[in-house]
Amino acid sequence: MKYSFQFIFGAFLTMMFTMGCEQTTPYAPAENELLDGPLEGLTIAQQIKFLSGDEAFGDVFTIEKGLGPVFVANQCASCHPGDGKGSPFVEFVRFGQPDTLGNQFLEFGAPQLQHKAIPGFEPEQLPEGATTTKLIAPAVTGLGFLNFVSDQDLINLSDPNDIDGDGISGRPHWNNIPDYVTLRPNTISQNGKYISRFGKKAAAYNLLHQTSGAYNQDMGITSLFETIDPYSGLEEDPEVSTQTVNDVVFYLNTLKAPLQRDEGATSIIAGAQIFSEIKCASCHIPSLQTGYSPIEVLSYKEFHPYTDLLLHDMGSELDDQYTEGFALTSEWRTPPLWGLGLSKDAQGGSYFLMHDGRAGSIEQAISLHGGEGEASKNSFAQLSEVEKQQLIEFLESL
Amino acid sequence: MLLLLATTGGLFSQEADPLVKRVSKDTSKVSLNMDAVYNRPFLAIKKMPIALGGYLEANSLYQSEDGISEGLSFQARRLTLFMSSSITKRIKFLTEIEFEDGTKEIGIEFAALDVSLHPALNFRGGIVMNPIGAFNQNHDGPKWEFVERPDVAVNMLPATWSNVGFGIYGKTHKGDWILGYEAYLTNGFDNSIIDNEENKTFLPAAKENAERFEESNNGKPLFSGKLTVKNRNIAEIGFSYMGGAYNKFEEDGLTLDEKRSVAVFAIDANAVIKNTGTYIVGEIAFVNVDVPETFTQQYGTKQWGAFVDVVQPVLQRSILNWENATLNVAARLDYVDWNVGTFQETGNKIGEEQIAISPAISFRPTAQTVFRINYRYQWQKDILANPAAKTAAWLFGFSTYF
Ligand code: HEC
Ligand code: HEC
Repeated sequence: MKYSFQFIFGAFLTMMFTMGCEQTTPYAPAENELLDGPLEGLTIAQQIKFLSGDEAFGDVFTIEKGLGPVFVANQCASCHPGDGKGSPFVEFVRFGQPDTLGNQFLEFGAPQLQHKAIPGFEPEQLPEGATTTKLIAPAVTGLGFLNFVSDQDLINLSDPNDIDGDGISGRPHWNNIPDYVTLRPNTISQNGKYISRFGKKAAAYNLLHQTSGAYNQDMGITSLFETIDPYSGLEEDPEVSTQTVNDVVFYLNTLKAPLQRDEGATSIIAGAQIFSEIKCASCHIPSLQTGYSPIEVLSYKEFHPYTDLLLHDMGSELDDQYTEGFALTSEWRTPPLWGLGLSKDAQGGSYFLMHDGRAGSIEQAISLHGGEGEASKNSFAQLSEVEKQQLIEFLESL
Repeated sequence: MLLLLATTGGLFSQEADPLVKRVSKDTSKVSLNMDAVYNRPFLAIKKMPIALGGYLEANSLYQSEDGISEGLSFQARRLTLFMSSSITKRIKFLTEIEFEDGTKEIGIEFAALDVSLHPALNFRGGIVMNPIGAFNQNHDGPKWEFVERPDVAVNMLPATWSNVGFGIYGKTHKGDWILGYEAYLTNGFDNSIIDNEENKTFLPAAKENAERFEESNNGKPLFSGKLTVKNRNIAEIGFSYMGGAYNKFEEDGLTLDEKRSVAVFAIDANAVIKNTGTYIVGEIAFVNVDVPETFTQQYGTKQWGAFVDVVQPVLQRSILNWENATLNVAARLDYVDWNVGTFQETGNKIGEEQIAISPAISFRPTAQTVFRINYRYQWQKDILANPAAKTAAWLFGFSTYF
């Protein structure tokens, strides 16, 4: 049966051919459409470490692995999906009081409310009289760059007494830091306090500080660094290894910075211009520089995060009557705007902006700016429709 | 598949070797999906009281997710051995032992004693396959035109799901109509179905727990039951249910938890369209799980999924000297939603769903052996329903009884 032989031979060849053929497989999204991925130029050893950290970031904690008993979510990646912003699905509440004299509710499990519990256990309850804020997760991309900006640079950017009289002050968050953090090169201290820069109120000094806290407060996982279980209030054996925590910190340090899209388009260039003119760029600083970093590709690099990592008084509407460290209730750290246009793809298709995700669009986010941002917001309101559109296009290209 | 097998009974007539002899199967035309365990080619060795059989499945896989491929790999999916023996006229024993992914997983999928009191009343005890849907009891690779098993059967329902227990089954027929039933009590699920590294409600997670063969996790048996109706000229349709408490709620007289239950309902069907010879088989299943309100919505309380295969023989004749060879084209549609519902926080629909289509070409030199080329394109949405991850795969493999 010559004919059937040819048929089968043909089918076999076709199959061999198509299997190797790129056309039949989904195309890879362009690099600038993705938030996740490593910095360019990592050594092989660094890529191996990055991969371990990546895996640990996606690791799901089960009860057997130590989840809870009380927790908020069971995986770093469920709050920071694709390394992007989180959704209200995994938002959490922090509670305390309006003054900066230290949290009075520590015995009730403050500052973070673990509102979920493994079967058989009761979640944490909000104590009476506590003030609260809701937080949704920021993206974790490009954090290595932010981590290696020198303290001196942040001090230079700040203007706590508004000496230049532009209505925008901005101050570093001088905070107490835990013993386990290693100080960054040329760190500066003031009365025993250090400049902390991560988190919505810039309460975490570095990525180890933030990460150990996240394991502990978000997932109920103890480590060598954060030893107290949030449910029992007792010291417990580490539920995540020090190696793993270090790998995750390395991973966060070496995630690439989001890449701008269509930056050459005329409307986007016009939008960038407006962004500076109406003083958005006075807080959302377009370019910063890293100092020395032991990770070579992060050393002395210019990058474009659109933040100053400083605290600003954002007015009464964003004042949740809740403090953290020495940040006042109305003070928030300027969030980086890089990756803004891609955040919808991690948040389930719609924007949830500002610290608690209350803004459903970029316009709404701008209109919530008050305090030091008031003038800027008003300037935005006075722009023509075309100019507004250009500004938004610019922001979405980031 | 099953049908192709049934229509080629003549194949088991290689009696040239006097030492081994093909055992003819239940050729009575009243066979249902539930008879699949015995509806397999067996070899009897002279005077040995045991008949032997088995199948092997292997394939190559080239897969790419969002443009990133892990390259080409070769997989020895499973080697299954079965042994059966008729102890006396109405007492038989069958066991099925499976080696999955090489020797990574070795399991007794089935090992049961069947005592027939009447065609309408049989007793079965041992390690049995719970009659939920159709695939669970009828999963032999050579019966299918696809390398991958249906998503709903293995990634939502836990096929192959077998447990220690006992039950009764039987069937009766009148004219072209056949009615069958099955009812079992077995050990069952555990808390891992809502606490696992898949990070979703996942019944197959309970398969990891080998202790279910030793004792029940909570002392409450799992009930599985199925009712099947078949008209020999039209189709077979089955309705099945499986349910019970799944978590450990007491130990040493102490209360550990509230009792929580799982319930699964499935409908399966298969038919051959007479004029065209088109074979259609499918299954739809619904899962309901009690998840504590204060646990996380990551683990859903409701799931559903379905698959349908359409197989069209296009050549049925002697090919390359195989006298009764068949060439089929086929297609499968797979869908699973692991978390039906909306988020408490936003009211938005929860994602965690997947859809896939798989066109296929299969070549059967004989009914017991299939060579298959499958292409599979899958869209998978995460829990937040962010843009779907797209995966394409080329699978080429064979599966054969021996
Ligand atoms: C329950 C949700 C949730 C989980 C789980 C979670 N995060 Fe976060 N993450 C947040 C929120 C909310 C913030 C803002 C917190 C703050 O202001 O202190 C945040 C902030 C961060 C930041 C600071 C980013 C910045 O720009 O300042 C880093 C880094 C981070 N998380 C890493 C992690 C790692 C690593 C894990 C896993 C060990 C993790 N997160 C788990 C919700 C989560
Ligand atoms: C005084 C400093 C300041 C100025 C000026 C300022 N912002 Fe902001 N911006 C902030 C702070 C602080 C937040 C975070 C507030 C919060 O989380 O509640 C923020 C948040 C945002 C966000 C939401 C980001 C996110 O990830 O949720 C956008 C978008 C934004 N600003 C755009 C602008 C634009 C456009 C302008 C100019 C019209 C501007 N900002 C002017 C400080 C400023």
